[in-house]
Amino acid sequence: MDRADIESKMTELLVSELGLEKEKINPGASFEEDLEVDSLGVVELLMALEDEFGVKIPDEEAEELLTVGQAIDLVEKKLAG
Amino acid sequence: MGRVALVTGGSRGIGRAVAERLGAAGHAVAVNYSRRADAADEVVRSIRSAGGSAIPVGADVSEVEAVAAMFETVGSELGQVEILINNAGITRDGLLLRMGEEDWDRVLAVNLKSAYMCSKAALRSMIRGRWGRIVSIGSVSGLSGNPGQANYAASKAGLIGFSKSLAKEVGSRGITVNVVAPGFIATEMTEGLGEVAVNAASESTSVGRLGTPGEVASAVEYLAADDASYITGQVLVVDGGLAL
Repeated sequence: MDRADIESKMTELLVSELGLEKEKINPGASFEEDLEVDSLGVVELLMALEDEFGVKIPDEEAEELLTVGQAIDLVEKKLAG
Repeated sequence: MGRVALVTGGSRGIGRAVAERLGAAGHAVAVNYSRRADAADEVVRSIRSAGGSAIPVGADVSEVEAVAAMFETVGSELGQVEILINNAGITRDGLLLRMGEEDWDRVLAVNLKSAYMCSKAALRSMIRGRWGRIVSIGSVSGLSGNPGQANYAASKAGLIGFSKSLAKEVGSRGITVNVVAPGFIATEMTEGLGEVAVNAASESTSVGRLGTPGEVASAVEYLAADDASYITGQVLVVDGGLAL
């Protein structure tokens, strides 16, 4: 799975799980400021990512996620092992 | 509408009454027990014979692996837990000066840590489903204190702070978190008190008697219902008007 696949899956999840508008989602978007996702929303996204991609995201790494791009980076890194 | 409910420590006392009440309300009930499989089976039979749906599920809820396995079992047999009743509780009474570390740790693990682990395990699917009810059984002991129960009272007071915090975390996802705090209820736990203590306890209430497990269960049933959707982070005291 390449980065573009991860990005499109991530966008799908943000729309389906958190009810975000697709147009607003881009790698530079900040969860809190641009997308108005609260801290529990980020946790929800992480749970969905874990289920979708079959990866495990430890709490320490999850805390550092501020943007969509960082979440894509993290999943890419996890999938690479 | 029937939901999936899990009652920890559901084989006896208040837990049993809660399990039966939720079963009668049309929910599929997982009756958790730690040692008394026979008692849990009896509760399951009683729910089924009343036309409800129930399964027994054994687990020491103070153990993280056991809790995970319990949720696995309930998930595959009944579906994801939507109503969690943190009821499992024990006492190891004694004056603090004579209270051993093990008595402290065990009571805190069974009464409070279990609520942390079970709630955490249940929340994932509750958040996804945008609906959930968590009701923990506290005690007036946790509100007023009781000599000889520093460990028990601390665990029950802990459930209140836990529930109020969690209520704030998950309220926006359709999940409510509350505590029902019973006073003197006639169960095996209070049978050990002796007649003099029971009479004194009865007289200290406005109603003039001990409460029944069913009277606690009806409060739990209400908080677990759809109708109670705007009540969260609360402590509902069911004590017959106790004046300690």
